[in-house]
Amino acid sequence: MKLKGWKDLPPGAVVTEAGSAAEFKTGSWRSFRPVWLAENCIQCLFCWMYCPDMSIKVKDGKRGEYDYDYCKGCGICALECPGKKGKKAIVMEEEGK
Amino acid sequence: MGKVVAVTGNEAVANALRQVNPDVCAAYPITPATDIMQRFTSFVSNGMVDTEMILVESEHSAMSACVGASAAGGRVITATSSQGLALMWEILFIASGSRMPIIMPVVNRALSAPLNIHGDHSDTMGARDSGWIQLYSENAQDAYDNTIQAFRIAEHLDIRLPVMVCLDGFIISHSIERIEYMEDEPVKKFVGEYKQVYPLLDVEHPVSYGPLILPDLYMEYKRAQHEVMTKASKVVLDVASDFEKISGRRYGLFESYRLDDADIALVILNSAAGTAKDVVDEFREKGIKAGLLKPRLFRPFPYGEVADALKSAKAVCVMDRADSFGGFGPLYMEIASAFMMNGNKPALINKIYGLGGRDFLPEHAETVLNELNDIVKGGKVKTHKEYIGVRE
Repeated sequence: MKLKGWKDLPPGAVVTEAGSAAEFKTGSWRSFRPVWLAENCIQCLFCWMYCPDMSIKVKDGKRGEYDYDYCKGCGICALECPGKKGKKAIVMEEEGK
Repeated sequence: MGKVVAVTGNEAVANALRQVNPDVCAAYPITPATDIMQRFTSFVSNGMVDTEMILVESEHSAMSACVGASAAGGRVITATSSQGLALMWEILFIASGSRMPIIMPVVNRALSAPLNIHGDHSDTMGARDSGWIQLYSENAQDAYDNTIQAFRIAEHLDIRLPVMVCLDGFIISHSIERIEYMEDEPVKKFVGEYKQVYPLLDVEHPVSYGPLILPDLYMEYKRAQHEVMTKASKVVLDVASDFEKISGRRYGLFESYRLDDADIALVILNSAAGTAKDVVDEFREKGIKAGLLKPRLFRPFPYGEVADALKSAKAVCVMDRADSFGGFGPLYMEIASAFMMNGNKPALINKIYGLGGRDFLPEHAETVLNELNDIVKGGKVKTHKEYIGVRE
């Protein structure tokens, strides 16, 4: 995307387009990535409830894969995950490894 | 035609605000500006204006409420002084950066410590870099006229910036002077109806204010803000020209007083300029070519025009009613910059006077003009910056 020059900006940094925050892909901030292990998941949806970035996609009442475009890697989902029989359904892995 | 009245500076400013009838006013009292808002709230209570009055718990909140109301789409005012302006400091930049045409009379008062309630320019000089347009007023008439013109300047579609109208605490705010009021109708017609370009309350066209702008765009916004300021001088002159048609009173970017052939000149802001002009006349009667320049528009500062107006002067003293401790006075720095731009190099000295409401007396102007005269006659500049009217 070509960045705008100073003559093309809306006065006072007013954002004139609704819902434009969706274009800001905050996933690039992430240094740790949550990985979902479906075999340990009991579908409690705690992760969906706690995620501050709506990065856990739910379809027909069940969670699926992460939306990594917006996941900042905060790790709250992994912390809250109760898992199954002592095994977490979400684990954090370092990016780039 | 209007009518001639005997009123204080604060009363005159409050009356100008009544005539404009803004949409929203958020204010918190502080001496010596309290009187403006006290009178204005009476207008609200008595149904003389339709303004939504918001009484807040601090000046920080007052300016924050003004920012919100301005974003919503209203024509917005407040007034303050000294510590109040200092407390608003953070939000001043948000108002200008968001291009909100808020109008704020500031009754100039010294800053603590030590605590002092009287007039000097430390408060508005401290807000010099906040991105607000600043107009200075010598007397109650200037303050009244500047307040009315401020709306047209601020709301001009090429500008859309907040404006401070500065007048000296007590000397002007609380002294009764003879001034000329205009009738309500011509004032209302002059300021016209205000239309915000991106009102938050227009739910058909949703907008967001105050986004996070990172290094990839921040500098472009600041460059654009600088550009707007460069256009303000012309708008100030255009508005002054329209104002002259309805009032008969002429305003410029500054006042040139007997400068055309002046050998020595004073540069001085606000009420003290009146006193100094009398002394300039006395020197002229003695055959000494003295003159005076009184800036009206301080931000943006009209460097080229000021340097040109002072071109015949061989020695100039810039009088500051505020100090930048460890530096020159703020007005001096502007005048020195102006001379650098056009290559004109008169002897230039700086005097700090009148802090905390210390009286500026004719003999102070006389001493300074004599010093300038000595410099022109071949004497040397003894000190570049000195306090005057201060006890050893």
